[in-house]
Amino acid sequence: MRTALNKPADPLSQIYADLEPLRHTSGHQLADRMVADIFANAHLIASQVIQQDPLRNPRRRSRLDQLTASRLFGYPLMLLLLVGIFWLTISGSNLPSEMLSRFFFRFQDILSQWFQAGGAPLWLHGILVLGIYRTSAWVISVMLPPMAIFFPLFTLLEDLGYLPRIAFNLDSLFKKANACGKQCLTMCMGFGCNAAGVVSSRIIDSPRERLIAILTNNFVPCNGRFPTLIAITAIFTAGSAAFAWRHLLTAAAIALVICLGIAFTFAVSWGLSRTLLKGEPSSLVLELPPYRLPKFGAVLYRSLIDRTFFVLRRAVVVAAPAGAVIWALSNIYLGELNLIAHGAAFLEPLARLIGLDGFILMAFILGLPANEIVIPILLMSYLSTGSMLEIDSLAELGTILFAHGWTWLTAVNVLLFSLLHWPCSTALLSAYKETGSKKWTLLAFAIPTFIAFSVCFFVTQAARLLGWA
Amino acid sequence: MNITIGKRRHSPSFNEHIRKHFFHLPLKNDQAVVAIAGNPNVGKSTLFNALTGLRQHTGNWPGKTVDRAQGAFLFREKSFLLVDLPGTYSLLAHSAEEEIARDFICFGQPDAMLVILDATALERSLNLALQIMEITSRMVVCVNLMDEAGKKGITVNIPLLEKDLGVPVIPTTARNGKGLKEVQTALYEIAVQQRPTAPKQVRYSAEIEGLIQELLPRLQTLPAASFFNSKWLALRLLDSHPPFVENISRFVRLQNAPTATYQEVEKLHAYRLE
Repeated sequence: MRTALNKPADPLSQIYADLEPLRHTSGHQLADRMVADIFANAHLIASQVIQQDPLRNPRRRSRLDQLTASRLFGYPLMLLLLVGIFWLTISGSNLPSEMLSRFFFRFQDILSQWFQAGGAPLWLHGILVLGIYRTSAWVISVMLPPMAIFFPLFTLLEDLGYLPRIAFNLDSLFKKANACGKQCLTMCMGFGCNAAGVVSSRIIDSPRERLIAILTNNFVPCNGRFPTLIAITAIFTAGSAAFAWRHLLTAAAIALVICLGIAFTFAVSWGLSRTLLKGEPSSLVLELPPYRLPKFGAVLYRSLIDRTFFVLRRAVVVAAPAGAVIWALSNIYLGELNLIAHGAAFLEPLARLIGLDGFILMAFILGLPANEIVIPILLMSYLSTGSMLEIDSLAELGTILFAHGWTWLTAVNVLLFSLLHWPCSTALLSAYKETGSKKWTLLAFAIPTFIAFSVCFFVTQAARLLGWA
Repeated sequence: MNITIGKRRHSPSFNEHIRKHFFHLPLKNDQAVVAIAGNPNVGKSTLFNALTGLRQHTGNWPGKTVDRAQGAFLFREKSFLLVDLPGTYSLLAHSAEEEIARDFICFGQPDAMLVILDATALERSLNLALQIMEITSRMVVCVNLMDEAGKKGITVNIPLLEKDLGVPVIPTTARNGKGLKEVQTALYEIAVQQRPTAPKQVRYSAEIEGLIQELLPRLQTLPAASFFNSKWLALRLLDSHPPFVENISRFVRLQNAPTATYQEVEKLHAYRLE
């Protein structure tokens, strides 16, 4: 009996091994067909034993699902909702953004007067007011209004029960990429915050698919990157259409950028499941909960308190000290140039290759703690005064960018780089906690970085070669 | 001293080991094990509590913490140990819950399965029932939430369903305690009196049935065939991950060993998706 126990292969394993080629070529289709057959059997039995009183049958829900989860309308509807949400966000947040920034910068003048009256040294005023206060004010006035509109809208969809339908629609695509349909839900979380998206990957049971979800999460732009995307897109689509259509065009352009990010999610998931993380996708059993009328009070509370202010606080906490550091760097001179200019000059050759400039690349590098501060850092570095100018409107921001040699190609590359580049340090830390491995964390950094550099490189070189820029 | 149940031979000492160490079940002498399976939110726990009253205590599954309750009840002087499996939609083992449920049904060798269907979503819950019926014939089906179904204008033809499925089918409304006695009686008949059943087998499409027929002759001569339904074995050889197949082999080897040791049972338990 002992020897029988230790025998290397038993007949069952032998048959299993013999079936390996079959499983390899069509095992996945077989498993899917088995499930389909079981469902067909269940359907047959149920249809025989069940009688539905037609008068008491609430069909509304399933009609709605026929629309939202249909092959024909599923995707266009998703796209329409996406564009709609961004359109509301952009057109709704313009005015409050301007009002906020006007308020903050008027108060800055008052602050400066107080510093002067109190006889504070110039460097203290510089660091506190021109560094910390200005950066924080910029972050709040640019980020708060879009978030206060975007998050409640998103939470509304969530409460309605639409998110599982998105996962349902995208499942077939994820399956083609050999990943799990639940990854869509982690992607949705990533729109809020990539760190939260990484943590939410826990809902995926297979470790292989969980890793894929973690490694690709940053291809959906988080809230920290939305202001960048919105601002740059708005500036560069501003002159191209009549006023009434401008916001819609901007919204469509942002939706396009997001779709591109999702396309990269699929492509990288596909690549990973064929190289580092080989394996078969598991099928998804997802209950579509009934559509419910959302409770508006709860939606507002959850989206504003739990999401908006949470993200905003994080942005300010990171941006405030960063503002101080940037102010210091831009005011310490080595020879002719300040430290920021030195850094930019060092990065310039590499940045040129990918259609950016040294300042932009450095802003992205310094933005590692939080993507929210990339644009503020860039502005601070562009402006030779050593601190940010008052920027009341996106048009003025545009003027500064054009003055520093931005073309449409620069804008496209900034959008692409922002969409594809490395995750912020919080997301990386979450990835480390979730995977418990330095190797996977390093990959979570390296894969997007590599992709961002190569995509921008190809776009730039192609555009230059074709004489478009 | 092996007990023969249908085609299966149970070695009592080994099953005791498995139940004790793999599933952490403290079994009294001669206690019948009944596992409850069903979709989430079909009233499994309500039924469980209704059947066991206050005499339940909870334990944890090995590995991932998934809440599981066990409790005992006495019926016609026979003691039953009721095990509440995690709610699942299938046994395809794509999640930890499905894996736990499947492993218990395959290796825990319950004396009877109590599968709970949702009368308001019968088709969906039948998917799970059909998958369990491929593994074991010792089962009782319970159509719960009959009151909700009534409100929605749904009527379920219970006698026809029983005829279709080939196992006892009992309508219940666990919330009001309706149908509990009938469930207990049916469980007694299956687990204690060995009432024969003829569980409905899924008819697969021609290609899969063809593959099964090709495999059956090779499988029927194996030792594994005396513990598992050959058709189910054929299907699992076509769609399973290697660890599960290894586990089936290991289970069969251990059944034939004179005395199974704790370490050997632990190996069974060491099986994970990856």
